[in-house]
Amino acid sequence: MCNGAVHRLELQQRLLSRNDQDAARNRRQFQRLGLQVVNLLSAPGSGKTSLLEQLARRWPRPPIGVIVGDLATDHDATRLRQAGARSVQICTGDRCHLDAVLVERALAQLDAAALDLLVIENVGNLVCPTAFDLGEQRRVAVLAVTEGEDKPLKYPALFATADAVLINKSDLADAVGFDRAAAHHNLRAVAPRAPVFEVSARQGESLTAWMQWLEQPHGLGP
Amino acid sequence: MHELALIQELCALAQAAAEQQGATRITQLWLQVGDRCGVDADALRLAFAVVQEQHCWRQTHLNLELVPTQCRCHRCQQPYRPEDVVALCPHCGGLECDRLTGQELTLMAVEVA
Ligand SMILES: [Zn+2]
Repeated sequence: MCNGAVHRLELQQRLLSRNDQDAARNRRQFQRLGLQVVNLLSAPGSGKTSLLEQLARRWPRPPIGVIVGDLATDHDATRLRQAGARSVQICTGDRCHLDAVLVERALAQLDAAALDLLVIENVGNLVCPTAFDLGEQRRVAVLAVTEGEDKPLKYPALFATADAVLINKSDLADAVGFDRAAAHHNLRAVAPRAPVFEVSARQGESLTAWMQWLEQPHGLGP
Repeated sequence: MHELALIQELCALAQAAAEQQGATRITQLWLQVGDRCGVDADALRLAFAVVQEQHCWRQTHLNLELVPTQCRCHRCQQPYRPEDVVALCPHCGGLECDRLTGQELTLMAVEVA
């Protein structure tokens, strides 16, 4: 190109196209395994791990699988194993989200053929993970009552892409002055089609409705 | 943080396209950024400045094309631009809609020499 001529190449390539391809590969793998996969997203401190401990104890066909994305420690995976889950930790280091390749590698470490439910506990972060498809069939966003009822309006992308929303730590709602009606109103506004379940890890029976939703097979058709 | 990862992805895609054409330099990039894609345009510019500290990207100009959100109402089928994070239809007050635009994060073109 020594003549210095410039020309324009039209590409129209999605920036996340490589991740999308990796996610599509995961999705096919999940389907082959007959595995329901849920990507669980929230802010830090929303209580996802405690909730999953309860789910692991209550799921009718144990064990469940959990892939935990965490910045540094493997503390959460240990807790989940103690609750009976099969669990792998992905230490993301300075990365603020999981991507599809990290999930693919973690899946290889789980004996996934024996599982029927896999939960990917994403890194606590309200912005970054939303853009990355991991190959999951369904996304679940978690809002803890301690975060306040206006969170869905501040971070609409997270909630708008969710197939269901959990209002967690619901037993603390009155104590922290959480406005239930406003929360449901705000969630309907940004995620009109997502069912909302109020749950609390301290009241295991509160998980029943969400578990029934999880039991409905989704995206595993021929 | 993920903006840097995205910019590195952008550079990898651009480089692959340039190499395929036997080009040695990338002079410009055009990136479409929807206002609901979950990425901040300023953060992308900042991340690209980091990449530009490497010699091979110093002469490359990044053009960001911002794309506003467009919805189509499920109830009345009219297109509209939501004014708020809540995508309320201004024609009929409907809440459910399809997002026509606003989720883009697309490398549209590269200029090579
Ligand atoms: Zn309408």
